[in-house]
Amino acid sequence: MNNKAEIDNAINKFVGKKGILIPLLQTIQNIESYLSLEVMRYVAEKTGTKLAHIYGVATFYTMFRLKPQGKHIIRVCQGTACHVSGAKTIMSEIMDQLKLSADQDTTNDGLFTVMPVACLGCCSLAPVIMVDDQTHGKLTPDSIKNILKKYK
Amino acid sequence: MSFTIKVGLASCGLAAGAGEVYEATLKHIKSKKIDADVKKTACIGMCFVEPLVEIIQDGKKSITYGNVTPENIGTVIDSYMKGKPVLENIIISNIEKGSENDTMKKQERIVLRNCGNINPTSINDYLENKGYQALEKSVIKMKRIDIINEIKKSGLRGRGGAGFSTGLKWQFAYDAKSIKKYIVCNADEGDPGAFMDRSVLEGDPHSVIEGMIIGAYAIGADEGYIYCRAEYPLAIKHLNIAIEQAKEKGFLGNNILDSGFNFELHIKEGAGAFVCGEETALMASIEGKRGMPTIRPPFPAQSGLWEKPTNINNVETFANVAWIILNGGGKYAKHGTEKSPGTKVFALAGKIKNSGLIEVPMGMPLKEVIYDVGGGMKTGKPFKGVQLGGPSGGCLPAELLDTVVDYDSINKTGAIMGSGGMVVMDTSSCMVDIAKFFLNFTQNESCGKCTFCRIGTKRMLEILTRISEGKGNLEDLDTLENLSKNIIAGSLCGLGQTAPNPVLTTLKYFRDEYIAHITDKKCSAGVCSALLKYEINKEKCIGCTLCAVKCPVKCISGERKKAHEIDQEACIKCGACYDACKFDAIDKR
Repeated sequence: MNNKAEIDNAINKFVGKKGILIPLLQTIQNIESYLSLEVMRYVAEKTGTKLAHIYGVATFYTMFRLKPQGKHIIRVCQGTACHVSGAKTIMSEIMDQLKLSADQDTTNDGLFTVMPVACLGCCSLAPVIMVDDQTHGKLTPDSIKNILKKYK
Repeated sequence: MSFTIKVGLASCGLAAGAGEVYEATLKHIKSKKIDADVKKTACIGMCFVEPLVEIIQDGKKSITYGNVTPENIGTVIDSYMKGKPVLENIIISNIEKGSENDTMKKQERIVLRNCGNINPTSINDYLENKGYQALEKSVIKMKRIDIINEIKKSGLRGRGGAGFSTGLKWQFAYDAKSIKKYIVCNADEGDPGAFMDRSVLEGDPHSVIEGMIIGAYAIGADEGYIYCRAEYPLAIKHLNIAIEQAKEKGFLGNNILDSGFNFELHIKEGAGAFVCGEETALMASIEGKRGMPTIRPPFPAQSGLWEKPTNINNVETFANVAWIILNGGGKYAKHGTEKSPGTKVFALAGKIKNSGLIEVPMGMPLKEVIYDVGGGMKTGKPFKGVQLGGPSGGCLPAELLDTVVDYDSINKTGAIMGSGGMVVMDTSSCMVDIAKFFLNFTQNESCGKCTFCRIGTKRMLEILTRISEGKGNLEDLDTLENLSKNIIAGSLCGLGQTAPNPVLTTLKYFRDEYIAHITDKKCSAGVCSALLKYEINKEKCIGCTLCAVKCPVKCISGERKKAHEIDQEACIKCGACYDACKFDAIDKR
């Protein structure tokens, strides 16, 4: 937990309102980049919520990350349109380019984390990936190298 | 003469480079001192030719250009000004005779009435297009029950997929006795291959907000939530802007339009769980819990969010409301068919030429949607199937293309209307693979509460995987059908109840393909890698060694400038050699 003051601010902002747990965890994840057990314990203590409940929510939703993440997040769309347009080869090209093994999602230098996602909703541009907030569409395996270069 | 230049800046436009086109347009106008108003708008639906730019003269004559780039935008503008528009980029025009394309001609736009036309971040643009007039009519001139009756008269059915009567749903919430009620907009568009709600929220957020305020007034709710996927950052941004603007103008907050009616609206970002599209799971998620469905009854109209009566509709449903109130339910019912009145927005994707967002009257045959509005196949390969309704839907073959789009006709085929995703496939798609794809999705997204959904889908996925690897047997097909029946019967919510649909429909319409995988060990589409064999055509191979370099397991050997050979024992069938060969010398069978 590196940003205690910011986390305290976030908790104070939300505490006392109803249905706050998910937005609170989202805010904290934006600050810390992931939810460590230490952070979840801290939130449980501060808000009087059971740790089991917090952990349950954090593991239920795909958005919450329980491990440290790379500087840039690459979301690789696995939607139907992307699937029939070759999302698989795009994924394997990204893994190759970043020298990631099958059970690894973050590069050793901590620059990139690769994440398969359900659908980015840009189906007419399939196959699609999203690097941070920027969407790239109509991809071919050859176009991956140039896109990644921009972030290195 | 006055000129307006509109640039489409929705997510898909931005991904195609519309942001750069917008900057280049501003720069060009400034440097050439052209007197034109440059406006931002969102998606007009023709995503296949993004980025799109529309130039309008005197508010009347207009040309929409597609495939615009920062490099050619200057020429496009200059030539328009000279009266000699660049022809090859024209998509729609009311100046050049005969150039209006079928994509637009056959559509009837009610939900998308403002999308791609107005600036979604300007409430004034919305107001100029009859915005919030329906709200004014509702709270000032209409009784609450009259509004509900008008919606009933329109015959509007829930556009989230199930097709339940919206008027009835509102009536149930209206009848519930409680001083506190909620209204919720389901904008958790999780179906892979669907982007209707995203486009509406990005392109016309006020229409959804107005529909919600009218609904809240009608049922007697004073607080509402829009539950929107966090994967749609632009939609959330536009919604936030729109809510602030509506507050400023007095359409939200206390004593709306001096009627004494109060309504407060919040946005909740989803955190990525497909099951939260189910209404009871969605409410659990708003309450900050794991999004797991609960048994109905009690229905949300009796006991929903925080145990108060709650009405939930989807984005497209709400976007219809203001139009119905303003034009009358009778006029709405004239669109579409008797049992499914109105229009439906579809997201066309896959191997279709005009992929994008369309709105057609209910009752249009699928053939017309795909070939006339959608422009037919993109790849030159023949049509094989169309997938409707995402993971809850099914795949329909060419023989069923005369099926018309309405809730009941599509249900009869075994697919569902769903929220409106339509993914078109050609012969390069394998139906066993598609069934496996969807099962993998639902299996991942199952919340785990019901045993059949949790374990049954897992077993089905294992069987499908086995078949796709050529290790299946014919009994597996019966097991799949049996399991499907039990999963449908033994699941609490729509996710489990519909999860087998992709398997059942492909088994029904493409059974031969399953059999070919099992008995002949063949995947005719060339997708199931375990059944493929890569061989080097000795006559075509020139020995460039590129395949040997690319092969990750180094199983290709041969001397330079002589035909190479693949060691079939070592080959992992990744296809890297096939993709790399520039001489078409590798056969995939």
